Amino acid sequence: MKVKLLFFAGLREQLGVAGEDIELPEGVGTVAALRSHLAKRGGAWREALAEGRLVRMSVNQDMANPSAALRAGDEVAFFPPVTGG
Amino acid sequence: MKISVQRQDFDAGAEIRALSRDPKVGAVASFVGVVREVAMMLEHYPGMTEREIGRIVEEAGTRWKVMDCTVIHRHGELKPTDQIVLVAVASAHRGDAFAACEFIMDYLKTRAPFWKKERTALGARWVEARASDDAAAERWQPRIAEPKKVG
Repeated sequence: MKVKLLFFAGLREQLGVAGEDIELPEGVGTVAALRSHLAKRGGAWREALAEGRLVRMSVNQDMANPSAALRAGDEVAFFPPVTGG
Repeated sequence: MKISVQRQDFDAGAEIRALSRDPKVGAVASFVGVVREVAMMLEHYPGMTEREIGRIVEEAGTRWKVMDCTVIHRHGELKPTDQIVLVAVASAHRGDAFAACEFIMDYLKTRAPFWKKERTALGARWVEARASDDAAAERWQPRIAEPKKVG
């Protein structure tokens, strides 16, 4: 299935990409699985998305837990803890 | 209810007056956040930002008697003394207005998808999230009652 990825702030800069559409392989069905799938790209991806790094995730513009399930067409965003206000 | 995420500045006085028009309103509590010392760029997640602020305001409405509310948050390049954010809450009495205003502000800092990048003399750097902001939001969580002693 296809999902749309978005990256914000320091994470976007570290990865050098603001977003992309990707086809998920079989077995990548949750936000956490997607995160480790992306980390396997190595380099900046592995560093930015490594376990232990504080990364927040949302699905279709709702904050999402790592166990949140993904569906075709979802908009999944990765970003650092927020610092507004 | 008015929620706006915008580049341009706002007139806090005009926004507060707009919330005071209903004769049942007896109190408007407001907060204005201002850029302190260092210029910055504020990035946000268009769409989700407005939704998240809407959810925070909605939650405030379940806890206190909120008659109307305005939240304006700026993004883009900002310099010291610029206004960043306005939260204004109208209610019949000050208790609800003060509490709801502070609650919205605390949650906005920990939940709305904004990121500050400071433009310091040594270069630009992303501001780290602060544990004290999480603590400020957490104090609004209902306390879990002490378990009753049996026997």
